[in-house]
Amino acid sequence: MSELEGIYAIWLREFRVYLREKERAISSIVSPLLWLFAFGTGLGASVAIAGVNYQLFIFPGIVAMTLMFTSIFYGMYVIWDRKLDFLKEVLVAPISRRNVFIGKMLGGVTDAMIQVVVLLILAGVLGIPVTPYGALMALPAMLLITVCMTSIGLFFGAVFSSFESFQLVMQFVLWPLFFFSGALFPLDNLPGWLASLTYFDPLTYGVDAMRGVMLGMGKMPLEIDLLVLGIFTLVTIWMGASAFERMGKI
Amino acid sequence: MLAGNNAQMITTSHLTKRFDKLAAVDNLNLNIEEGEVFGLLGPNGAGKTTTINLLITLLKPTSGTATVNGIDVVKNPAQVRKNIGVVFQEPSVDDLLSGKENLEMHAMLYSMPGELRRKRVEEVLELVELTDRKDDWVKTYSGGMRRRLELARGLMHHPKVLFLDEPTLGLDPQTRQHIWKYIARLAKEENMTVVLTTHYMEEADLLCSRIGIMDRGKIVALGTPKKLKHEVGGDVVIIRQDGFDRSCLKGLKLVKKVKVEGDEVFLTVEHAHENLQRLLAAVGKVKSVEVREASLNDVFLKYTGRKYREEEEGAEGGWAERTMHAESQRD
Repeated sequence: MSELEGIYAIWLREFRVYLREKERAISSIVSPLLWLFAFGTGLGASVAIAGVNYQLFIFPGIVAMTLMFTSIFYGMYVIWDRKLDFLKEVLVAPISRRNVFIGKMLGGVTDAMIQVVVLLILAGVLGIPVTPYGALMALPAMLLITVCMTSIGLFFGAVFSSFESFQLVMQFVLWPLFFFSGALFPLDNLPGWLASLTYFDPLTYGVDAMRGVMLGMGKMPLEIDLLVLGIFTLVTIWMGASAFERMGKI
Repeated sequence: MLAGNNAQMITTSHLTKRFDKLAAVDNLNLNIEEGEVFGLLGPNGAGKTTTINLLITLLKPTSGTATVNGIDVVKNPAQVRKNIGVVFQEPSVDDLLSGKENLEMHAMLYSMPGELRRKRVEEVLELVELTDRKDDWVKTYSGGMRRRLELARGLMHHPKVLFLDEPTLGLDPQTRQHIWKYIARLAKEENMTVVLTTHYMEEADLLCSRIGIMDRGKIVALGTPKKLKHEVGGDVVIIRQDGFDRSCLKGLKLVKKVKVEGDEVFLTVEHAHENLQRLLAAVGKVKSVEVREASLNDVFLKYTGRKYREEEEGAEGGWAERTMHAESQRD
């Protein structure tokens, strides 16, 4: 396993870049706060769901959103790496493509998890009553969401070669995944066909798991949520790794 | 110069790479010996970078084979990668890491042991004279410094072959000369085989022990710079004269070729400097005369039938579309 060091090298690079690229970190923490305020406070003033204040109801959804957006954007940065020749430096090194993917993925997971910890602390400061125990219990779901979404992002990053395709991914992948995950509204009252679609959204299970452990409002048992999310995650890891293996062999 | 009895470091056999219908590399057969500084010279789109990408395992050939240090690039790419160092055409060092961090990352990717790694980082930094800037972010480096760092990085793991894809593209003339100095020194001190691509005639002439001129995916001429220039048949004497009459050159064996363009006459002459007196005596009164030693430009013209325009100095940097002009252009 001499490639472990290579994975570490790639992770270390991503981590350093993350710490030094302040703009990326700031923007990804500002937008969830904005959602929490504008949506949570604004809509929350007139709406309560199942007797729970709306701002509190959407909090797990906002956490999921932060994880998802940070992770997928991170993955699509690969397009930028490829525009420059930076990625080639890694691709001609004697480390397998699969492990390049793993190193990159771990880097993205680290970024997103740091982001979410900041968000949780801020939430505490803002008086959203999420207990440390609840946050800790949500950790497995958060990690799975991040791994899953980073892999999706890296997959797109490896498959697409232009920034224009970024818009497409936003419109056809990111927003639908987010909207139909139950992050912003309960899925109970959706029309049947739409409700069944939500079962194909990995984020649905992530949001449900977090809402369960944070607010006691889960629809499905935690184990089921984690199991299904886990399966989605394995599939996306496989997709991402294969996309990396094919990359550059035009 | 050409190392006679050395082992073949790179061989290609009928190497071909097609993108759709276009053959970027067309049935290429090439041998590069150990210790050579080999230059692939040609205009943009000639297939130089594609050739390099095939050899460094970033692309798979459509057909044909290639080996680096005896290892097949298709069958065993991982092993090939251990044997090569690459400096890419576009910048590839990380802006937000320091010079030293970039090198350390490289060392880790190549599984260099800790002790050796630290020593080697200092060594290559010394070699490209970046030791005093090693802890600064690459962001703060000049274009030339980045290039030097990339050179250093390419050397880190003692590769058998160092590939340099347009090493001085987009650099100002002064920095370019600086980089040339380093490359020449590296080739000598590190004793490795160097393969570089360039579209600067001057660069190829100065650095390379052997040159392959590439055009449309094929090598159209191959040899030492000296030999290639000799093949053109001599120097060029340009005379301006009204009503030039070819017959005046009759019996002058030293004149190999005559071409008239308006009032300008291009004469290909053996040893023009020594023979100028005789030549002018035969031609008679002229308005002006210019002697141009044979250059790789003439070689290119001879083999492709087209003139070759070098990129305007630093005008649009590395990203600019560089075009080749078929029409005749005066230097």
